[in-house]
Amino acid sequence: MTRTSGPMGTRPLLISGGTLITETGEMQKADLLIDDGRITSIDQAGKIPERGQTVLEARRLLVSPGFIDLHVHLREPGQSHKETIATGTAAAAAGGFTAVCTMPNTTPVNDSPEITRWMQKPERGAVVKVHPIAAATMGSNGERLTNFKALVEAGAVAVTDDGRPILGNAIMREALQAAHELGIPVIQHAEDTRMTQGCSMHDGPTSFRLGLRGVKPEAEASIVARDIELASETKAHLHVAHLSTAAALEQVRKARKRGVHVTCEVTPHHLLLTDEEVGDYDTNCKMNPPLRDESDRQAMWEGLHDGSIDCIATDHAPHAAHEKDQEFDRAPFGITGLETALPIALMVAGGDPQLAVRWLSSNPASVMGWKEAGVLRVGAPANIVVFDPAEEWTFTAKESKSKSKNSPFIGKRLRGRVQYTIVDGRVVWSL
Amino acid sequence: MSSGANPRSRPETFRRSIRSASLRKERFSHSSRSLLDIESLSDSDIHSLLKEAGRFRESPRKSPLVRRHVALLFYEASTRTRCSFELAAKSLGATTTLVSSMASSIEKGESLVDTGATLAAMGAECIVIRHPSSGAPHVLARHLTVPIVNAGDGMHEHPSQALLDCFTILQHRRSLEGLRLLLVGDIFHSRVARSNALLLTRLGAQVTFCGPPALLPDVAETIAPSVRIMRDFNAALPTADVIMMLRVQKERLSGLQLSVDDYIRDYQLTSERMALAPADALVMHPGPMVRGMELTSEVADSARSLVLEQVRNGVAVRRAILLRALGGRA
Repeated sequence: MTRTSGPMGTRPLLISGGTLITETGEMQKADLLIDDGRITSIDQAGKIPERGQTVLEARRLLVSPGFIDLHVHLREPGQSHKETIATGTAAAAAGGFTAVCTMPNTTPVNDSPEITRWMQKPERGAVVKVHPIAAATMGSNGERLTNFKALVEAGAVAVTDDGRPILGNAIMREALQAAHELGIPVIQHAEDTRMTQGCSMHDGPTSFRLGLRGVKPEAEASIVARDIELASETKAHLHVAHLSTAAALEQVRKARKRGVHVTCEVTPHHLLLTDEEVGDYDTNCKMNPPLRDESDRQAMWEGLHDGSIDCIATDHAPHAAHEKDQEFDRAPFGITGLETALPIALMVAGGDPQLAVRWLSSNPASVMGWKEAGVLRVGAPANIVVFDPAEEWTFTAKESKSKSKNSPFIGKRLRGRVQYTIVDGRVVWSL
Repeated sequence: MSSGANPRSRPETFRRSIRSASLRKERFSHSSRSLLDIESLSDSDIHSLLKEAGRFRESPRKSPLVRRHVALLFYEASTRTRCSFELAAKSLGATTTLVSSMASSIEKGESLVDTGATLAAMGAECIVIRHPSSGAPHVLARHLTVPIVNAGDGMHEHPSQALLDCFTILQHRRSLEGLRLLLVGDIFHSRVARSNALLLTRLGAQVTFCGPPALLPDVAETIAPSVRIMRDFNAALPTADVIMMLRVQKERLSGLQLSVDDYIRDYQLTSERMALAPADALVMHPGPMVRGMELTSEVADSARSLVLEQVRNGVAVRRAILLRALGGRA
């Protein structure tokens, strides 16, 4: 990456007085120098001589590798009333993310190298790195594979039919095989949609009370089990998106024990909330997979702590207010998540920032096999987040950078706040 | 730093703070005269509605709601409930406007909120809504300040029906305390079952659901304390003071691969089955009845059937509901 323009990008940048979360995951007081988009020096506090660099004061703050979100919906092309690549990445920057992987369920579906390239053009106005995840099948119709090789050449980092899971065994097997040859994962939104027609929340006492049709956990676990078998046969890398049930987690645990290359992610909301939060038809608690029951929620928490779940991904899914202000069963699935991920990760980590950073940065980088991301190392690109793990703040619709405000965390007090986000040495967000 | 988080711990404060913003609290701040569901009625609301309905059994001489406007917003076919609300409103002197999904901008894709706002802007002071989506009245209540009356929303609730059922039972029994109610049939899809279970248990009744697993999932028991499930209709009958039969739609049975013959054999209320119940057991049905399906004509027309009484009382109860909504004085 060449030197970028901008008030802070033109001169070397010194992050001074902060506590670094280092390559080994340790915390260490150190200064960090950035030049030409890369980390050029990491040294004891005060040891890097001042030579006219821009100084970023980070006393009492943590300096961490930038967060990586493996699962966002930026809605472009075609649904720019919900979000654009510019607004979505602005929200990402505000949440400390320096890279996001954007899902292909746009209009039209991102099943071509042209759309994949279009998403990455400078005209889109992205302020953080955008890595397209392309559709696995044409139109995400589950029938004919897309051209994985051409898509990867165009910049796609994985394939998926997110939201319209691949149900056919043969085509899923084909997808895994083709992806394996290119060294990319197949990401599956694990839901047997034949079992979930007309369902709008988790199946349980709350759905019964509200008179809503419920999604049973089996709809997730059965697809995960099938995919694991196919991944085992093909030796391919399967990544399970937004895992939500204890039953599916058990499948993943067993598969990893026997050496199948399966990774998975969990969303902040599945770690924190249960189906009871739907309350009186709050469509900001409607997402897919749905909020589950307390035992599933606890299982997600345990899975993340014991390493069975690799990372946190937000499934940032913006929708316009008029789309959410509808009858519950008609409102679209999904909530925004980029700007609230850090405080929730810190809460789940019991306040341990090293753990939170592992789930938000180093682990998603290793899921994708990105050697230069998720780590603060001399020579690596300067993708960095500076945050205060203790600052309390209120997340408001007014200050949210996303174009859409469909979050159950609007108006909530949160602990842990991003102060600066740096992408390729350039400050793209400062509080 | 070690991993300090206990995986079993619940982030209670945070979760509580989320709940504190739940709509449950907010929604009645602006429309306390709404009737959205049984759950949100207070005990004193229930008692005063039942008391008021008692005074309204006959058509009132005075017209407390003269020059008041009630909109009936019906997104779903309905004869009895619609007529009942309409007659109730008119008998109190109010004018009514009927908007049905067949002949309105609903068909043109207008949102529920916009339709409701339009009616309110035209002067509707209360909107009575019937809708196939559970929670539709709550959507209106959240956005409008006029009182919203739920005339049946999806599979969720049908609160005016439960109130009239309760009112009808109370004309035959002194109290609901200890009363044994048997609700039979398609509980899963039934808003009547949910509203009745919630209302009658709150007034002290013991509710038993009866039906095949496909129409009555085990989770139904969680709707209210002291609700239980019995699959064997014959075994449940001897302890039933009131037997409430629910309509069964044939197409639902075929969707569940349940044969009509089996259903009739196991769950139809016949004279023979009535003989298993206590001699003074009452039979109710919210309508519309399918004779020959969930019950026989003989039972429907028997002296122990309260079906028409329920319909008659429906008008009285809805007079009370509308008067409460519009704040008129009787």
